[in-house]
Amino acid sequence: MKRAARYVIFYAALLGLWALLAELKIWPPYLFPTPWGVAEALYAGFQDHTYWIAIRVSLQRVLIGYGISVVLGMILGLGVASNKFLEETMGGLLVSLQSLPSICWWPLALLWFGLNQNAILFVVIMGSLLSVTLAMEDGRKQMPKIFGQAGRNLGAKGFKLFWYVLLPASLPFIVSGLKQGWAFAWRSLITAEMLYLSLGLGQVLMMGRDLNDMSAVIAVMLLIIAIGFVVDGVVFKGMERHLQNRWGLAPAN
Amino acid sequence: MSNAQVVPRRNPIPAEPRIPARAVKLGPVSVGHPDRSAPTLVSKVGLSEMCLSYRTQSGERLLALDHINLQVRAGEFVCIVGPSGCGKSTLLHLIAGLQAQTSGQVLVDGHPVQGLGTDRILIFQEHGLFPWLTVGENVEFGMKMKGVPKAERQEKMRHYLRLVHLAKFEKSYIHQLSGGMKQRVAIARALATEPDVLLMDEPFAALDAQTRDLLHDELERIWSETGRTIIFVTHNVREAVRLGDRVVLLTFRPGRVKSEFPVNLPRPRSLEDPEVALAAREVLDELRDEINRSLEAEYNEGVKPHIEPGNQA
Repeated sequence: MKRAARYVIFYAALLGLWALLAELKIWPPYLFPTPWGVAEALYAGFQDHTYWIAIRVSLQRVLIGYGISVVLGMILGLGVASNKFLEETMGGLLVSLQSLPSICWWPLALLWFGLNQNAILFVVIMGSLLSVTLAMEDGRKQMPKIFGQAGRNLGAKGFKLFWYVLLPASLPFIVSGLKQGWAFAWRSLITAEMLYLSLGLGQVLMMGRDLNDMSAVIAVMLLIIAIGFVVDGVVFKGMERHLQNRWGLAPAN
Repeated sequence: MSNAQVVPRRNPIPAEPRIPARAVKLGPVSVGHPDRSAPTLVSKVGLSEMCLSYRTQSGERLLALDHINLQVRAGEFVCIVGPSGCGKSTLLHLIAGLQAQTSGQVLVDGHPVQGLGTDRILIFQEHGLFPWLTVGENVEFGMKMKGVPKAERQEKMRHYLRLVHLAKFEKSYIHQLSGGMKQRVAIARALATEPDVLLMDEPFAALDAQTRDLLHDELERIWSETGRTIIFVTHNVREAVRLGDRVVLLTFRPGRVKSEFPVNLPRPRSLEDPEVALAAREVLDELRDEINRSLEAEYNEGVKPHIEPGNQA
């Protein structure tokens, strides 16, 4: 209860400061929009379905892109972790590629896939694949050996061994990597959408810029933050809590 | 330089005489068991000339297990004792097929087996239960891998949980159980896979004395109720004599069968029985040399080159 009160006070103060600065009219409204201007833009955007469509399109893309990253990343990470040759060769490459912002793939993606959704998906995958791969590799190595031995001893092999033993056993060690991969995927998606007419949130944000409507720009920014926050708070926090309950791990601070 | 036996790479099998195993008396055993009252011609588990050598970091070949021969009858409870580093845990991993021997054979019912098989289930010292599954799901795991239908699986799971007195904990998670309860779940999980042989790798070593005593009683009861064949590895001679029909003593590096001691004491036994203490003394006298050798090696080498199951060249 006390925590909730602190939250309310903090955000009310932030909003108040913003309103005050806007009301003082130090800068013209088209440079520094008011909170109610942004609220109106949000209302209008949802009213004419622009934002609903944008959210749906963006979420769909990020789910597909991130989903592919998770599947590919797990296979790659498992491969790198269990094969000495791959580890020595690919391991270093993966780490160095990690430092490349995924949007750098955009020009190539355009050439390879053309001006369409696939180019965006490619950038999203390149953004999150490496995080997932590295997390999976690390998780596979940190996972106690006894789980794999016990699983094999009880008759699990091949895909069943992976699905019923290795994957759940490494989950506590890869959940933070999965979370990081999600954050990268979401950022890469918005960046890519801003560069190309695409219906998603990124494009709606750029539309605000083109119309010189800063209220709309901020409204979309808030949406992007809110979606990131909800996914993190609901999906990943839920997953972490679930793991803590089952494994009996101390809750992370 | 080192007490470990270094074998030329060309000829991994040393041509030195082996210590003859003490003659095993297959006399009548105390607890009535249909399998064990009539001696069978083919043993349930046979180890024939099992060798394991591996390469150390310095490139030498180290012999860990040296021509192990062992016959275990159906329904027999065999305990393997030896000093730490003699490769007794590794031997269980070889029998389970989790690791491959350099030469020799594992036979089940007279047929050589290769690699893993659910006819031989290993129980680890650290139980190896899956924390992401409930107790019940853990017990069902082996059956699920075999493709046993769900209803049948659950029925058997409940049966085996009752056998280890954990029926109430079906829905619990592993971390909610005590150390002794975890080992009982591990035993139920192994039994539910219906193996021919239970391989137990120092399963009670990490438990406190009271819990261990209770689990000894419980294991003895489960064994006599289910008639399973058990190969039990321990460094605790008292425990071996308290549980086993026979105690097999391994030498320190390379591991060889030094001697075998039939234990013809009436069951149920207790760790405190004077007969158990007396028999343990006899085994311990022979074990002492090996322990001294292992300690000597430890002092000389500074670091004990631990032979860990699974780290094989």
